[in-house]
Amino acid sequence: MKRIPYFPGCAMKDQARDYERAAQAALAALGCELVELPRWNCCGTVYSLANDDLMRHVGPVRNLIRVQDMGEDRVLTLCAMCYGTLRRSARFVAADPERLSRINAFMSDEHDYRGGVEVLHLLGLLRDVVGYENLASKVVRPLTGVRAAPYYGCTLVRPREVGVDNPDQPEVFERVLSALGAEVAEFPYKVECCGAYLTVGAPAIVAGRVRDIVASAAANGADLIVTSCPLCQFNLEARRPGIGPRLPVAYLGQLLAWALGADACLPPEAEALIQGTTPAAAGAQQR
Amino acid sequence: MADGLRLSREALAAPFVGKVEELSGQNLSACYQCGKCAAGCLFTEHMDALPNQVLRRVQLGDESVLAASAPWACASCLACAVRCPKGVDVARVMEALRLLALRRGLPHLDPRATAGVPQIALVGAYRKLTP
Repeated sequence: MKRIPYFPGCAMKDQARDYERAAQAALAALGCELVELPRWNCCGTVYSLANDDLMRHVGPVRNLIRVQDMGEDRVLTLCAMCYGTLRRSARFVAADPERLSRINAFMSDEHDYRGGVEVLHLLGLLRDVVGYENLASKVVRPLTGVRAAPYYGCTLVRPREVGVDNPDQPEVFERVLSALGAEVAEFPYKVECCGAYLTVGAPAIVAGRVRDIVASAAANGADLIVTSCPLCQFNLEARRPGIGPRLPVAYLGQLLAWALGADACLPPEAEALIQGTTPAAAGAQQR
Repeated sequence: MADGLRLSREALAAPFVGKVEELSGQNLSACYQCGKCAAGCLFTEHMDALPNQVLRRVQLGDESVLAASAPWACASCLACAVRCPKGVDVARVMEALRLLALRRGLPHLDPRATAGVPQIALVGAYRKLTP
């Protein structure tokens, strides 16, 4: 078993518990054990875009110190937003020793962060550590016939310097879904924002975004939307309009677990769809 | 904006311009108004000024831009930032405008509007839309 330090973030212990459970089971099937950081704290969910907000980097850097204290130099996130904030903060302090020393001075109760922890997302891990071919060889329940739309959202691919892939034409999500045997539904909204945190104060704006994203996925043949962002997942389900196509939404880790024969913890709508579509599932049901 | 903008040396050198440049870390005069940020922005239908127009008004020292709706409709998705041909991170300019407004005490998120949303949304909204 390969041990990989793991930062869960708030959603994995709350609304996205099923994503976490499924991803842990799936990665175990791939020979990776997730080791949760001791005493982790909130990543901040959104990265500060202001120059005088050094304080906002304290939370992320404290988590990087936990990784360092474990004697490790990388940390995995399942959540796209945690990936964005942690990876950007790691880069921000690594680029400027003065910022780093100010943050370290502020956290006198911690060991100094030395820089050098790499933040990985599940998609990057599957591509760079597991490998597409290796992943495909481990599939026992291929998602044959399932037309899945990979919805990246924002923080996985933007900004360019921290994105897991090209910001406009990424392919890692597609390659992973293909390796799992799914058919990929290419759709032009795959990297377009769902409205994110506007969902709190301006849910109508988010509803408009979600309507366009779901309609585009459906028009391009998808029968399922896949995401790794718990905020996208919430918006896609809670803010979708009452009319128009209602595509089930599943987390990346859930499809991964299903294909690898692990406990997938799929939402009922997505599970029914996969059960009804894939020949492996149909065969298993007949037996 | 109805009366048009009055150009003056004083306006261009206004502390407001410097403050936005400092907060955002962006060189505002790099913008040549191609409009690519507005073309790719998914939230313009909720903005009373397009992102490039907001930038122009800041360039010209027009402080009334702090009352524009654009920074509050911006979801910090960074589509503008990765597409700007001049390397201006427009999302950082929007963040600077939000912060300047918030630090002047303009409340923008109604605390009652929080029912039924997960903590990932709450933390994000409070970080972006409250002082």
